[in-house]
Amino acid sequence: MLLMECVLHLYVSTVELSLDSPLNDRKKKDAVKPSLSAPAASVASSSSKAPSKTLEELEEEESEDKFDLNISVTNPEKVGDGMNAYMAYKVSTQTSLTMFRSKTFTVRRRFSDFLGLYEKLSEKHSQNGYIVPPPPEKSILGMTKVKVGKEDPSSAEFVERRRAALERYLQRVVSHPSLLQDPDVREFLEKEELPRAVSTQALSGAGFLKMLNKATDAVSKMTIKMNEQDVWFDEKIQDVENEEQHMRKLHVMVESLVNHRKELSGNTAVFAKSVAMLGSSEDNTALSRALSQLAEVEDRIEQLHQEQASNDFFTFSELLADYIRLLGAVKGCFDQRMKAWQRWQDAENMLQKKREAEAKLLWANKPDKLQQAKDEIAEWEAKVTQYEREFERISATVRKEVIRFDKEKARDFKRQIVKYLESLLNSQQQLIKYWEAFLPEAKAIA
Amino acid sequence: MEVSSAEAALSVSASSIRITDVTQDGDVLTFAIASQKLNSSAGVCVFRIYEDFDWLQQSLFSQENLPGLQGIIFPPLPSKALPSQSNTQTKALKQLGFLALGQDWQSYCKALEFYLQQVAAHPTLCKCKALDSFLINSESPGKQRGRKGIFNRLSQAVEEMRKESHKDVDNFFQNERNKNTNLAALSKVATEKLLDVVMTEQKLALACGHFATSLHLCVNQDDAAAVAFSKVCLKLSDVIEAVNRNFEKVASNDLSTLGLGLDLESRYQEAEKEMLFRRTCKLIELETVKKGTEKAKASKREVIERFHSSRVNVLKNFLIGWCELQLNTAKEFAELYSQHLEACRNMYSE
Repeated sequence: MLLMECVLHLYVSTVELSLDSPLNDRKKKDAVKPSLSAPAASVASSSSKAPSKTLEELEEEESEDKFDLNISVTNPEKVGDGMNAYMAYKVSTQTSLTMFRSKTFTVRRRFSDFLGLYEKLSEKHSQNGYIVPPPPEKSILGMTKVKVGKEDPSSAEFVERRRAALERYLQRVVSHPSLLQDPDVREFLEKEELPRAVSTQALSGAGFLKMLNKATDAVSKMTIKMNEQDVWFDEKIQDVENEEQHMRKLHVMVESLVNHRKELSGNTAVFAKSVAMLGSSEDNTALSRALSQLAEVEDRIEQLHQEQASNDFFTFSELLADYIRLLGAVKGCFDQRMKAWQRWQDAENMLQKKREAEAKLLWANKPDKLQQAKDEIAEWEAKVTQYEREFERISATVRKEVIRFDKEKARDFKRQIVKYLESLLNSQQQLIKYWEAFLPEAKAIA
Repeated sequence: MEVSSAEAALSVSASSIRITDVTQDGDVLTFAIASQKLNSSAGVCVFRIYEDFDWLQQSLFSQENLPGLQGIIFPPLPSKALPSQSNTQTKALKQLGFLALGQDWQSYCKALEFYLQQVAAHPTLCKCKALDSFLINSESPGKQRGRKGIFNRLSQAVEEMRKESHKDVDNFFQNERNKNTNLAALSKVATEKLLDVVMTEQKLALACGHFATSLHLCVNQDDAAAVAFSKVCLKLSDVIEAVNRNFEKVASNDLSTLGLGLDLESRYQEAEKEMLFRRTCKLIELETVKKGTEKAKASKREVIERFHSSRVNVLKNFLIGWCELQLNTAKEFAELYSQHLEACRNMYSE
């Protein structure tokens, strides 16, 4: 299949290919990515209403017509009781890719399964410089509430938040061309029963970040003064650091926005009630009715504010949180490259030592040990070659990954803005309807 | 011979009264009041400070030999504004409620303007010479702190007596008192709750502003992908800026119409309460002198009825104004968001 060939080519070189489809002629200028984000655009998630296809989605679908993989995470269900209870999610896949056994299939997974998937992927691919998407945060408080059976809006919100995060996580994994080929991913999506992932404690959200930070600390403590041949990497890591800082700041602001909206929603509800009471005490019939109508309008506006708060949250707050974690993973790649460089340098040093040792033996004229020395030199020469090649390969991968990541990021954010605007527009149109309905009531007061 | 105040009529048109400007000098606010003369096209403009308004109100209360004065529901005068720097917004809000909000004392001026219009439109009060003098004399009414009107004298005199529980002999008025007490409390609550809503809307606007500005931090022109991302961030910044302006507009609409209206309603309920209180005091006075209940016709039902129809009308106009403003704002921003959406969809992310 054309896609597989593309992926294979990409693995070996950094040449970008464009899919040869007439529909893509207008996109020929853009380097079209086998890195696909179509699943994210056209996935049906349980929380959104059936969206009419936006222009964006149609464009993407046209260009990705050879790749078809939709994933949704739905139906969170509590399994079991008490502290051993857990949430099981339905993971549904729709695809035309031949690497899967069927076109549509569904499995049930729990949170630790997702963490287990991450652990496997990270083990295999991080050291090669791949950006492995990090899993959603683990939350002891959130989960405990759910386990204990607290049926309040905050638990429902927590479950929804997690469901959405798990869905985004899977979408990012499958839109990575190399990760998609990993049999563990296929197994995760297809296999009926997965063995329980046990060692996921260290991989929870906070644990993950801690691990990354430790790794970065360890690397910096090694005082690696990397002789950077390619200044691109130096500049890029700086950009990544800056960007992470900015996103953290933005995240704080969005949280503030969400909270204010929630507050507004609460205040509007209280106001609506006070107007309702005023209306029911009013003698003048028309005024009384107008005030009651007003109370109803305000109630509906309160609902709009709630939805908009949720919109703010899921569109931006979660997006920023995801990217803060992703940028952590990007930094991890750079660290892996550093490690590879260090390994190479250490091998070079070792080779140098062996050569010196050989020279010493030659001078001391000890022919019996000479063969061993020569063997060791050969061994280390091979290692140096191997590590150098690995370093070059990892450098190429990191570079490619970062470029792909940047493109993906721009597309992701753009998509979210469009979604946000659509929701804003919808709210405004609702508001217009409410005001237009109220105006005659106000005019009817006599 | 002096023309009795009962005969003098107002020489300007009530509906033309406007407060056109306000200046602040330290603690003192000076208002420019303009009005149109009735029998010519000439306009008049005078400058007044709050004390002058107070003088006017006191003069209205203390008109002598005016039958039925006690039965009048006096248009309520807003409290004095204290614009000094040490006055925090919380203090100002406590004192003036809605009128403390809004830029450059807009709401406050509107309330004062309304007060003057109501006095000028009142069939009895418009004849008061003090009003005419207030509106057309270039010199301010002077620092005459007039005699305290009947209103103050009476309330002070009977303060010790428990007048609230004193039932009215007339059912109509007793009902009216009950309704008034109820409505006064409810409209006060509604005003406060709307104030909370407006404050939160303003907070939201501010938060949006910060968010929009911070997005500019992400601009980075290093390479093609960074440029694309920067474009996206700047676009988002524009959108959030629009949301900011939206909230500001909505809050301002709330302030200038419904907020003002509810505040006025609240103060009018208080004014009616004062009137009914005066009636009760009169009743008590009469009963102690045993002059019979016929004299208790100090208030007329028509006054009450007229009060209500005028009140309802005022509220109606505010509600219509509010609805229309909010509708226009919603349409304006729907259009703006629609444009942004179009622009976003067409934006290439590379």
